[in-house]
Amino acid sequence: MSNRIVLITGTRKGIGEELAKYYLAKGDIVIGCSRSVPEWKTSAQENYKHFQADVNDEKSVKPIFSYIRRTHGRLDALINNAGIASMNHSILTPMQSAERVLGTNTLGTFLFCREAAKVMKNHKSGRIVNFATVATPLKLEGEAIYAASKAAIVSLTQILAREYADFGITVNAVGPTPIKTDLIRGVPLEKMERLLARQAIRRYGVYEDVFNVVDFFLREQSDFITGQVIYLGGV
Amino acid sequence: MDKILGLITKEIHGFNKTLDTPINLDKGKESVLFGRDSNLQSIDFVSLIASIEQAVSDEYGKELSLVDARAMSQKNSPFRTVGSLAEYINEILKED
Ligand SMILES: NC(=O)c1ccc[n+]([C@@H]2O[C@H](COP(=O)([O-])OP(=O)(O)OC[C@H]3O[C@@H](n4cnc5c(N)ncnc54)[C@H](OP(=O)(O)O)[C@@H]3O)[C@@H](O)[C@H]2O)c1
Repeated sequence: MSNRIVLITGTRKGIGEELAKYYLAKGDIVIGCSRSVPEWKTSAQENYKHFQADVNDEKSVKPIFSYIRRTHGRLDALINNAGIASMNHSILTPMQSAERVLGTNTLGTFLFCREAAKVMKNHKSGRIVNFATVATPLKLEGEAIYAASKAAIVSLTQILAREYADFGITVNAVGPTPIKTDLIRGVPLEKMERLLARQAIRRYGVYEDVFNVVDFFLREQSDFITGQVIYLGGV
Repeated sequence: MDKILGLITKEIHGFNKTLDTPINLDKGKESVLFGRDSNLQSIDFVSLIASIEQAVSDEYGKELSLVDARAMSQKNSPFRTVGSLAEYINEILKED
């Protein structure tokens, strides 16, 4: 039983849901958020608190952090998992989709890092894990805005690692390969196979691959690891 | 206003314990926080502003951001002295 206070964004489904269940099963206290309310339940439900919030909306995000400060007085880890994709040729991408992707992925991540740092600095320790993607280093056609929003997350990760080092906070990122969630449901199989072929290890990622990297960043012994991006699959 | 001033000074007192050169509060409201006559390092400034923001938010049960675009663009920075910061917070609290 570890009893860490872990904040995870985008916990309604996909990787976020699995991360929440994983850390709850480890005995951590998990605070989650998403735009809609999750339907899942676990046996450690009493250790889970959900906020219905859009990560890109400062007004609904701030109360999450007040809650954490008031209820727990500290925050040990933030996992910035919430993210959306827009998989389309850039010529066919409306500005509205582009803004939503950048708002959720890049600005949402920025806002959570900023607010988390304010709480974490009080105890001179904390771990932040952001979500990158292999779409950025692989320069995937059809994912210009998505890959760009995540490239920005890499920059944020590297610079915030320096800005927050004095507060004892590490900031790192995990860059998953395709994992079978709703996020990639719309992508044609043939395109997926071409993508997998560009990985050193050619298989889909699974949730455990992500847990492993996040666990590594969260470990107490990882206090000298910051500003790093670990891509899965050998990309 | 006095309550806000009290909150700010309390935070600074706590914060001073962590500083090599503490913030001098002898001048009351005119005590310099940040700017030309301040020896506060920027990392300490960031940290102090965040602590004061949390203290005010807890005391008034209201979410607020001290560092918004308006604060950063004001000609006379609200972060210059203890008094100007108190006035600025007072203004923010009066809104909505
Ligand atoms: N799956 C992959 O192949 C893959 C590969 C590389 C990277 N990633 C990254 O992994 C992360 C998780 O992806 P996933 O595959 O689990 O996606 P997913 O199955 O589509 O789930 C996305 C989650 O984020 C939440 N969310 C979306 N927009 C939000 C917003 N504005 N505010 C709050 N929550 C929001 C969703 O809940 P609501 O809809 O209720 O808000 C949902 O819980 C993303 O950052 C993604 O970029 C995934």
